[in-house]
Amino acid sequence: MAVLKKLWDYTRNTQLWNSIFRHGPPDTARNRGLVVLTNVFLHLHPVKVRRSGIRLRFTWCMGGITFFLFLVEVATGLLLMFYYHPTVEYAYVDIVDLREQVPLGVMRELHRWGAHAMVITVWLHMLRVFMTGSYKPPREFNWNVGVLLLVLTLLLSFTGYLLPWDQLAMWAVTVGSNMARATPLLGHEGPGSSLLKIGDISLINAGNDARFALLGGRFVGAGALLRFYVLHCVGIPVVAIILMAVHFWRVRKDGGISGPV
Amino acid sequence: MAAAPGKPASAQAATPSVMTRRGFLSTLGVAWTAFAAACAAGAVATTRFMFPNVLFEPPQQFKAGLPADFQTGTVDQRYKESFGVFIVRDEQGIYVLRAVCTHLGCTPNWLEAENKFKCPCHGSGFYRSGINYEGPAPRPLERYRIVLADDGQILIDKTKIFAQEKGEWSSPDSFLKV
Repeated sequence: MAVLKKLWDYTRNTQLWNSIFRHGPPDTARNRGLVVLTNVFLHLHPVKVRRSGIRLRFTWCMGGITFFLFLVEVATGLLLMFYYHPTVEYAYVDIVDLREQVPLGVMRELHRWGAHAMVITVWLHMLRVFMTGSYKPPREFNWNVGVLLLVLTLLLSFTGYLLPWDQLAMWAVTVGSNMARATPLLGHEGPGSSLLKIGDISLINAGNDARFALLGGRFVGAGALLRFYVLHCVGIPVVAIILMAVHFWRVRKDGGISGPV
Repeated sequence: MAAAPGKPASAQAATPSVMTRRGFLSTLGVAWTAFAAACAAGAVATTRFMFPNVLFEPPQQFKAGLPADFQTGTVDQRYKESFGVFIVRDEQGIYVLRAVCTHLGCTPNWLEAENKFKCPCHGSGFYRSGINYEGPAPRPLERYRIVLADDGQILIDKTKIFAQEKGEWSSPDSFLKV
């Protein structure tokens, strides 16, 4: 033990260590605060958490579990990207290959079930925040950020749904994207779109409306598969990460996790 | 008022390149306007980028062969896969049904033995005419424009849709008399 202690003391005095950590050992309240404040990742989190803030019966830890599941999705999703081609020719066989031939074939199942679980936990988190009244001032802005994150979670599920490119995926997304036809003004079957016309020529039709932009075509085909892949792997996650940073930071700025009344 | 000490009045006149407040503000206004216009143009161009000019999809109009290729009393499925249409011929003539369920957009199957279209997604059923009679579909299948081309072939135009509930099935282009 004495050797370990000596090694530890030596390490803590090296220039390398001191260039990374600018504070002493976390044995005082001040240093424990500095640990959080001087770390770019930890500083989003409150320095001090109320005793009630970590009481499971009050928080269910649902926000934390949702964030953990997001990290699981990022890790497994990145690994899946090494094998998956977002093309009509390869998409389905790549999924079969991932399940049947690639080592650790459970990776795709982890990604899929993690996604299902994340949708459930994000709803439970919302329920908890609602039932404890934690959306009330000064936290009303953060509630709205949370609603956006809920929508992004559902969009991540929706875009990921298409990628296996089986019959379920094709028709589920055909059905789902048909909703975009009814977009006000910008969907060719939506309210007001018939007003946008020059003479007899309608400006909004199946070849240029909101659904067309989403799918990159008139039906769910190669263009839709590629667009959904890009949105699923890059577009939506980037927006979600930015909003998550705002969400966690606002928890701190709004006075930490709300406590029981 | 006397001139500021140590600063002859001629010194200001000698430096006409100094920007006036009015000049600065108008330059700033022009600059911001130009910047905003450039941003707006960039946003429009980026939006336009998402709408491809060339689609790798079947064309919206195609020739389906001669009317004699279709037998009376049949529902022809030869263009179902490639163009998404059923070509139906009865005693009066030929009409083209759009193979898209009016419930949520799946492709119905033609069941010859049961003499009906049946959607595999939620079970909507349609008569040979396209009229819905079972399941959740709220309205009949749509028909596409069908005319004879100059060479005597059937020309099907998918850009023009005829809906029964709007009374459009009596339109002459929705039906080819043979």
